[in-house]
Amino acid sequence: MSELLQFFVSGLTVGAVYALVALGFTLVYHASEVVNFAQGEFVMLGGMVTVFAYAAGVPLPLAALLAVLVAIVVGLLLYWLAIAPARGATAVSLIIITIGASILLRGAAQIVFDKQFHKLPAFSGDTPVDLFGAAIQPQSFWVLGGAALLVLLLYYVMERTLLGKAVMATAANRLAARLVGVNVATIMALAFGGSAAIGAVAGILITPITLTSYDVGTLLALKGFAAAMLGGMGSPLGAVVGGLLLGLLEAFGAGYISSTYKDAIAFIVILAVLFVAPQGLFGRRAVERV
Amino acid sequence: MLEVVDLHGGYGRIEVLKGINLKVSAGEVVALIGSNGAGKTTLLRALSGVQPISAGQMQFMGERIDRLPSHQRVARGMTQSPEGRQIFGPLSVDDNLRLGAYLRRDDGIEADRERIYAMFPVLKDKRHQPAGGLSGGQQQMLAIGRALMGKPKLLLLDEPSLGLSPILVDQILAAVTALRQAGITILLVEQNAAAALEIADRGYVIETGRIVHAGPASDLLSDPKVKSAYLGFD
Ligand SMILES: Nc1ncnc2c1ncn2[C@@H]1O[C@H](COP(=O)(O)OP(=O)(O)OP(=O)(O)O)[C@@H](O)[C@H]1O
Ligand SMILES: [Mg+2]
Repeated sequence: MSELLQFFVSGLTVGAVYALVALGFTLVYHASEVVNFAQGEFVMLGGMVTVFAYAAGVPLPLAALLAVLVAIVVGLLLYWLAIAPARGATAVSLIIITIGASILLRGAAQIVFDKQFHKLPAFSGDTPVDLFGAAIQPQSFWVLGGAALLVLLLYYVMERTLLGKAVMATAANRLAARLVGVNVATIMALAFGGSAAIGAVAGILITPITLTSYDVGTLLALKGFAAAMLGGMGSPLGAVVGGLLLGLLEAFGAGYISSTYKDAIAFIVILAVLFVAPQGLFGRRAVERV
Repeated sequence: MLEVVDLHGGYGRIEVLKGINLKVSAGEVVALIGSNGAGKTTLLRALSGVQPISAGQMQFMGERIDRLPSHQRVARGMTQSPEGRQIFGPLSVDDNLRLGAYLRRDDGIEADRERIYAMFPVLKDKRHQPAGGLSGGQQQMLAIGRALMGKPKLLLLDEPSLGLSPILVDQILAAVTALRQAGITILLVEQNAAAALEIADRGYVIETGRIVHAGPASDLLSDPKVKSAYLGFD
């Protein structure tokens, strides 16, 4: 029982990070139809910038804020320098552009930072909390709480504000969005900036648990992508559920089968989704009448 | 209000608009008629700034607008109900109308939405439903309503009667007449030329990217060439 709970909480914790990465994918995909494979690099930047700023003597909260700002700037630059000029390119070309950006960012991080693994101190210490016999890292609560807060914030913006409606309108019909006066380029830039911020926060929250290095983004992007597909690309609720499910699958897989296969689970999920249910768990089939 | 001078444009290297000249004065309803593929939709898109042009000028309210991005043209008071309706399918009817007023910052938005619902009561009954589930005619009303929510000085209507039953066509055209009485200037594109010329002050006939006839609607209605080409022999 306590072992089960242990796996459950650690699964939810990594799952929350996958969920945030998947949300970033979803947000950008919604606004621009681009699948941004550099999404994982935002997570890396969140962790790495915080680590190096903190090591240079910046207080942790400020270092974290700085990391989020850096990620947002990189996200905006990615949009303005690489995505916007390629307007009208095919989906495949755009994916290749984002993969290129991801490689570039990783290379730059290797030069600016280094190739080592880095750790941040846990925000509320390392003394495990006893929960029904399971020992839970206090940082897990930070990750889960932070992720929940971000999800609620994003939900609020998308459902309750005119800006959010403009994002959904852009996703639904770009031409019509322009005709009602939505500046579609601004919406896309906001989506890139927003998804970068979400990724960076995920990276900051998880670094005390999983460590970070210049190349953590690759695997995270892949897993976030698997989560987004599992949830049905484009559905924010699906992204969250998909992320948590993938995290749980990994934790239980590693706990009860073998940790050797942990990273293979994301691939298996992608393949299973493609074969069994290409629209994912929450993907909507086209409802529009012509 | 609107003046278009020697406008050229098209898709890539294919030139669709080959020197369009056209004028719309305040308070008028102007019909633009022409057969399939003549370039009517291309012209309206160019006016709204969602279609690049290669040469020519467009003036709106005395100001050059050809270089302005689409959202700034909406802000200046030109909105469009596009061909094929192009509603936001997954969003509710309410949200579709609210987005029509995206750039407005005044506090008359709610009252205007109620006015649209008074004009098209079927929409009010479905205000919380996804717009994609509406019938074709209802979607057309929504597209017009959404364009009106932008509080246009000039309203561009691209084939508002396309694919609708005769009763709905009458209803839509009656709505257009009501709009002109409310002081909105309208540029109406129609394949249903007779109906459009009935309610218009003036008309233009476009053929393969050129204006070939222009004049008061009543003159066009009785012009033998226009009659044979666009009105049938009735
Ligand atoms: N996206 C596009 N790419 C290339 N050519 C296009 C495109 N859209 C329209 N065309 C061409 O441009 C020409 C004018 O089309 P347009 O849609 O403006 O005509 P229209 O007068 O609105 O016709 P309809 O009455 O059928 O709506 C046509 O020959 C059409 O084939
Ligand atoms: Mg047309």
